[in-house]
Amino acid sequence: MGSSATREVVLILIVSALLIAGMPLLIGTYTLTVLVIYGMLGLSLGLIWGFGGILCFGQAAFFGLGAYTYAISAVNIGESTLPMILAVLVTAGFAALLGAMMFYGRLGDVYLGVITLVVTLILFKFMNSTAGPQYVIGDARLGGFNGIPGFQTLNVPGDPGAYIWGDSLYYVCAVALAVVFLLVSWLLRSSFGRIAVGIRENETRMALMGYDVAARKTVLFSIGAAIAGLSGALFANWAEIVTPTLFSLGQSAEIIIWCIVGGLGTRLGPILGAAGLAYLKFMLGQQSAIDNTLIMGLVLVLFVLFLPGGLVPAVASLWAAGGRLRRRPVRRMRRPRHG
Amino acid sequence: MDISFVILVEMLYAVASLVLISAGLAVVFGMMKVINLAHGEFMMMGGYATITAVGLGVNVFVAMLIIAPIVVGLIGLVVERLVIRHLYGRLIDTMLATWGLSLVFIGLATMIFGNTTTGISTPITGFAVGGYQVSGYNFFIIVVAVLLVIAMIAVLKGTRAGLIARGTMQRSDMAAALGYSPDRIYMATFFCGSALSGLAGAILAPLVGLVPSSGGAYIAEAFITVIAGGPSLIAGLVSSATTFGVVNQVFTFAISPVIGEVALLIAAVILLRAMPQGITSRFFRGRL
Repeated sequence: MGSSATREVVLILIVSALLIAGMPLLIGTYTLTVLVIYGMLGLSLGLIWGFGGILCFGQAAFFGLGAYTYAISAVNIGESTLPMILAVLVTAGFAALLGAMMFYGRLGDVYLGVITLVVTLILFKFMNSTAGPQYVIGDARLGGFNGIPGFQTLNVPGDPGAYIWGDSLYYVCAVALAVVFLLVSWLLRSSFGRIAVGIRENETRMALMGYDVAARKTVLFSIGAAIAGLSGALFANWAEIVTPTLFSLGQSAEIIIWCIVGGLGTRLGPILGAAGLAYLKFMLGQQSAIDNTLIMGLVLVLFVLFLPGGLVPAVASLWAAGGRLRRRPVRRMRRPRHG
Repeated sequence: MDISFVILVEMLYAVASLVLISAGLAVVFGMMKVINLAHGEFMMMGGYATITAVGLGVNVFVAMLIIAPIVVGLIGLVVERLVIRHLYGRLIDTMLATWGLSLVFIGLATMIFGNTTTGISTPITGFAVGGYQVSGYNFFIIVVAVLLVIAMIAVLKGTRAGLIARGTMQRSDMAAALGYSPDRIYMATFFCGSALSGLAGAILAPLVGLVPSSGGAYIAEAFITVIAGGPSLIAGLVSSATTFGVVNQVFTFAISPVIGEVALLIAAVILLRAMPQGITSRFFRGRL
């Protein structure tokens, strides 16, 4: 256990270092930054859905909340370190409250999906309606449909004049993703992560074994939200504007599509799904023969019908069928129970 | 006096439009347990069907009440055969597949009609009550909603087809043993549900500027109305539509329309937290 964990950490470090250094040769860093940010957002849902069995239809709410928290506090503080921390904490706190309300209420899967969807809509509608000058938090006008432009972007901690942008922003985001990935790997190896997977498989049994299912789900939910909040704050730095579309249903749908296409129950799947599909969308955006939304929709329908496990598990099982040396059986993801 | 009449009409109108928006979903989700996230897009297509038909010179009421439901019903039939049929009983998968379908429909509508706002004028003129102008079309919507609820009760309770459909939804194996084909009955029920969505979209089309993404505006309200309604199809539909319609209008008149919508959504979250199985799990039990 100890040595395999060390080996995994070393492997992750080497692979991510190679990728961070090598990818800018293939794709421009401006595009690459947003792919990395989306990868982190995909990972946030991949963690709570793939390993916790919590299908959240409103991951975009946490993404947007992180971005808005960053923007609002950056305008007020004029510096970026504290806003980054706030973006993560506020999002995690909001998710903890929402999660506690849902999980202690013992809501079923479907109702959970609907409530998270509705919360996203509330935020979207509210943010869209805040155009008037009376909607102000400190010095920051919420700006309604137009969003908040012109806030302080990422700077070297302690020196508000030294902006981190362009290539440096890419390296910051990529390292952040690698760190988050390591933390998620550590979490899943810890007893907390194992129990979370147990809850995904059979909630009643875990409850009968004496684990506090509601508390654990709430914590996992807010960890996922914290990661989404961090990616939202990074996105705000990349886009240099935050608008209510961050909360839109389309954004939530995309996060779910990334996870399905990449593969649930894997750490790598959602990241690859997010970066791959976002890049595909970017390429498709350069042509106008076929509507973008149509293709994303088709991808989702076809994957649900024909490859519900996703790409990464499918490739992994092909690999296994090829008769390669394997130390462990394929980690199969059983879909969460639906009531 | 006049203002209270206007407020009363507005409240009835809010309830009626919630009933209309949710009726199709109540059949598809409430009866068949298929979470159709493309419901809003079915309504959007109903709206486009109406506008296209009116553009071709068809009478507006014929277009709304006959053409739109049939067109959308047929689209629903194709969707059921191609996608939904393979996913019965897999709740989350249906949810995801229909979400994909909704994106496909938005994309198709954008390619066909363009990403612009289209619309038709309301076919019924308004009239004055004291110092206020009341839209005559609101009365039409209220009447249609009432007729729709009566028709649904009549079909489900009064006819043999309704009885068979309800029986199949409860125990499809029993229905099959008695010689009915559940496959066909599911297909027919989905057709009816889609047609109802098309009808709702068509009737609301003159009130909104239609864009390909209009469906998103309805989907949340339709879902929370049906889910908050709970197990009884029609009693649940009417009771939750009334609750939410009244909450919405009270806050709309007291503060602003946006706050009205937000209040509706917050009311839904509170209601679901308090009664996770819906209103009719506690009240009106055992009714249809």
